[in-house]
Amino acid sequence: MKAGLPLLVAGALVMSAASAQSGNLNVPATIQAGAAFSIQCGGSGKATLYIVGPSQMIKRDVQLGEAVSFPAGSVGNAGHYVVFLSSAAGNESGALDVLPAEKPADLTFIAKPSRLPVSLQGAITGAAYVFDSYRNLITKPQSVSFELSNPSSPTQTHTVQTRNGAAWTQMDSSKHEGKDQFIARIGAVTSTRIVNQVPGDPCSLKMNAKSEGGKIQLQTDPVRDCSGNAVPDGTIVTFTESYNDTRSTVDVPLKRGVATIAMPAHRGATISVASGVVLGNQIRWDQ
Amino acid sequence: MNLLKPISAVFAFAVAVAAFGADQPSVRVEPSSLQGPRQLQQQTAKAAVQDYLEAWAVLSKAMSQNRPGLLDQGFIGDAQDKLAATIKQQQIAGVHTVYRDKSHDVKILFYSPDGLSIELADAVQYDVQLYDQDKAIGTEQVQARYIVVLTPTEVRWRVRIFQAQSE
Repeated sequence: MKAGLPLLVAGALVMSAASAQSGNLNVPATIQAGAAFSIQCGGSGKATLYIVGPSQMIKRDVQLGEAVSFPAGSVGNAGHYVVFLSSAAGNESGALDVLPAEKPADLTFIAKPSRLPVSLQGAITGAAYVFDSYRNLITKPQSVSFELSNPSSPTQTHTVQTRNGAAWTQMDSSKHEGKDQFIARIGAVTSTRIVNQVPGDPCSLKMNAKSEGGKIQLQTDPVRDCSGNAVPDGTIVTFTESYNDTRSTVDVPLKRGVATIAMPAHRGATISVASGVVLGNQIRWDQ
Repeated sequence: MNLLKPISAVFAFAVAVAAFGADQPSVRVEPSSLQGPRQLQQQTAKAAVQDYLEAWAVLSKAMSQNRPGLLDQGFIGDAQDKLAATIKQQQIAGVHTVYRDKSHDVKILFYSPDGLSIELADAVQYDVQLYDQDKAIGTEQVQARYIVVLTPTEVRWRVRIFQAQSE
């Protein structure tokens, strides 16, 4: 009984001054999730007390005329509860609202996409829901900080107030490829996601040509996106040779950042290079 | 803002839902002031609200029959876990409850940018009847504001957060 006393006192601190009374039943109007509380049941004799809600149900045999104490942690799920007291004298009821605890303990954080090209505005989104230690959604406004960082770019930080427990943000992808950390933070609670930023489309293309063994040996300069990141190997570069009314096209994947191909040498041929929507230089072969 | 279009569309849906049969709860869907960058199409809003209302029927059946397995049809995650735990508590205590929703006033609050959650508020009126060993203990009329988060699953939206707030 001595151990229960501090819990009861703690419960009394968080109880609303108002309470729902119905005859002999005196129920606190609101408590915080997980807090200790007590319900007064007047009268004499035995009765059964029920606390009924979709998220929790408690049934307790009680002695009328005494306070029924519920230690901390008895009712952890936020929500609206109906309290029934059933005795030989009849049935009574009251209501109890359990509010989420104020201290955030968990975040649900979804970041999209997990992989995207560099240098896109507003392309990364994050949404977070804030919970207490009983997994109740904390609906009071809270400040959630979103941070997107990698070692080679300045950290982007947005601080957003939750509305009805939810907060969201949009971030730009950074200029440099790599794995960015996307962190949602509230107090000491953090949740981290990795956003893989890959080079964008080639920014420009330049090829060089030389004669080799009766053919034209073509090779591009290292192919980079507009932020200077090397475009990944495997990206297709298309070489097209036009000669009289003949047209030959060869798709070549980048290897070690460059594309290389040998094409038939025809005097007067025109050779062009392209990758995606980017058109490179054109060479006229006069040898 | 291009949000105005889907908002009015959702409002139009209110009329359609309110035309349910007499045994169904009355339903009103308020025009929303959505936060978030993603447009909510009328079809999506309609499906989410419809699935949410059906989740109430699932809840009622599962609670009255003490069958946690039924919850799977309308709930997922934390909401399903908490409701299933309640049903187990009811089974142990030898009680069951009957939830009868009478009216809903639904407002869509948030559509997450990734499209993976819809949050809504519902000012709902319902009756709770408590039975102990099939003996009626009492009936209480409840008016509460529920905050609900739905997430899309294979074929329907399911309730992931189901939490009443004091009004």
